[in-house]
Amino acid sequence: MAMTYTLEELKEQRRKDKRKDKISTLLLILPYIILFSTFIIIPVVFSMILSFTYFDLIQAPRLADASGLYNYITLFTQDTNFLKHVVPNTLKYAVLVGPGGYILAFMFAWMLSQIQAKPRKYISLALYTPSMAGAILMSVVWRTLFNGDRSGYINSILLKNELIDEAIQFLISPDHLMNIMIFVSLWGSMGIGFLAMLAGLLNVDKTLYEAGYVDGIKNRFQEIIYITIPQMKPQMLFGAVMAIVGAFNTGYIGVALSGANPTPQYAGQLIINHIEDYGFIRYEMGYAAAISVMLLLIILLFTRVAYALFGEKD
Amino acid sequence: MALKSMQVNPKRFDRTQLKFYYILVPVAIFMLLPVVYIFSQALKPLDELFLFPPTFLVRKPTLQNFTDLFRAATNTGVPMTRYLFNSIIITVVAIFVTLVMTTSTAYALSKKEFKAKKWLFRINQTALMFVAVAVLIPRYLIIDGLGLNDNFLVHIIPYLAMPVGLFLVKQFIDQVPNELIEAAKIDGANDLHILFKIIIPLVRPALATVSILVFQMIWNNPESSNLYIITETKKTFVFYMSTLTNVQNAVAGAGMQAASGLLLFLPNLIIFIFMQSRVMDTMSHSGIK
Repeated sequence: MAMTYTLEELKEQRRKDKRKDKISTLLLILPYIILFSTFIIIPVVFSMILSFTYFDLIQAPRLADASGLYNYITLFTQDTNFLKHVVPNTLKYAVLVGPGGYILAFMFAWMLSQIQAKPRKYISLALYTPSMAGAILMSVVWRTLFNGDRSGYINSILLKNELIDEAIQFLISPDHLMNIMIFVSLWGSMGIGFLAMLAGLLNVDKTLYEAGYVDGIKNRFQEIIYITIPQMKPQMLFGAVMAIVGAFNTGYIGVALSGANPTPQYAGQLIINHIEDYGFIRYEMGYAAAISVMLLLIILLFTRVAYALFGEKD
Repeated sequence: MALKSMQVNPKRFDRTQLKFYYILVPVAIFMLLPVVYIFSQALKPLDELFLFPPTFLVRKPTLQNFTDLFRAATNTGVPMTRYLFNSIIITVVAIFVTLVMTTSTAYALSKKEFKAKKWLFRINQTALMFVAVAVLIPRYLIIDGLGLNDNFLVHIIPYLAMPVGLFLVKQFIDQVPNELIEAAKIDGANDLHILFKIIIPLVRPALATVSILVFQMIWNNPESSNLYIITETKKTFVFYMSTLTNVQNAVAGAGMQAASGLLLFLPNLIIFIFMQSRVMDTMSHSGIK
């Protein structure tokens, strides 16, 4: 009898331990969960709900119309700026800075993996440095370099070499603003995604390359396609997600460079600027939320493509 | 043919590497030019800043801009050093809190068994693609609703939950052998002990990386001062810098802005240089599976 008693007691003790462990685990994750929900999950859900309403911050939000789809219908049928400028701009910008910057980052990382450790360290530092500049500094520096009068550095070089006759208003000219935005964003795009890919490249098992050449791989290009990339898929995916997020995060750059929202003739207007324009300038919160939802869907679409390319299928 | 395979991370220099240098060195120099420009502008005396044609490099370097900057005060009477002080406090606190919170969550996600574990990690991984600016408006309403408007904490609290940070630290803790933790448990250590005595010392490279990311996010972030803070004394340095060209005396502002640009940028660079090898160490575990 004594045996069963102790067994019961042991079981009881174990149950207690388990419960203690559960509480302890909960306490470990609780602060993160609370903040994560409050500032990431709820805003996303809140955006979706608001997008069906009319809300001007003064009166309580009310359903935009009987079906609630009014904002979306307006967005796709009435908002000519959105359809004519904002969407094409965003797609052009996002494709060139996201996947474009990503391919550049991979190429640079690959070349860096082919040289010795010491110079690699310095060159990768140089490539990473611009990504540290941050929003404000980035726009201040490039604004002075691209300044529209003769004191702008780039204008002065072009004038001196007689490539142009008079200073170009780079930052307020609809012809140039978009290209400059893409250029500046690419300059600052070699961030942690780039570092992750470099680390991934250096970790590929060297014997695989030898085996590959025995199996008939003929050149460096085949080596990259058949050995390197499949071996570092997880880093490729991380890099891709970071590139996409980076591209959409730098969307303020057009407004920062030109100093106006909306940007001159909507030339550099991206979805993010459109959201700010409607949210904080016109106080049409419901409509702005509908645009946010469209943006989140676009980001989701881009990331899905990345997962389809590099994700491990299970 | 097998020789070619040794070209990844080569120990020695050979001429086949030259073609990579021909591309990489010019690119590296090009990437650094604007950075050189930041330094050069900050050291230019006023007359050189407005020289025509403009010069790229400074001719007669001076620290005058910095002296001006440190003596400067806004027209509301708030000295520049106040903004700088605010920024430093905010950044230090944010890094510290993020690290503790991220590591404890990552430890639970990596080494504990509970029902929602997989699901939580999935959500966090999806949130890697979260772009805060996309939901600016609901975030604004939430922050306002929580009464954080014009509160010093608004510089810190909304930015603490950082999916990338959690992701990187969790991947790193996965490398810590379970036996180590089991052994500590048998010795009677509780979760806090394990966290501070075992996990944190072992995942230092990942923590260094996360601190850099938090630093870059908080130190360079003008959003919180722009949107939520009304009281001038609670605003941050990066905000102060962005106001310098808007003032009426744009001429005097230019020199100070160049100096504050350098002051803003330099800590990023220095911290990264010190931690570069740790960052690379973390990044080799960064893959998404």
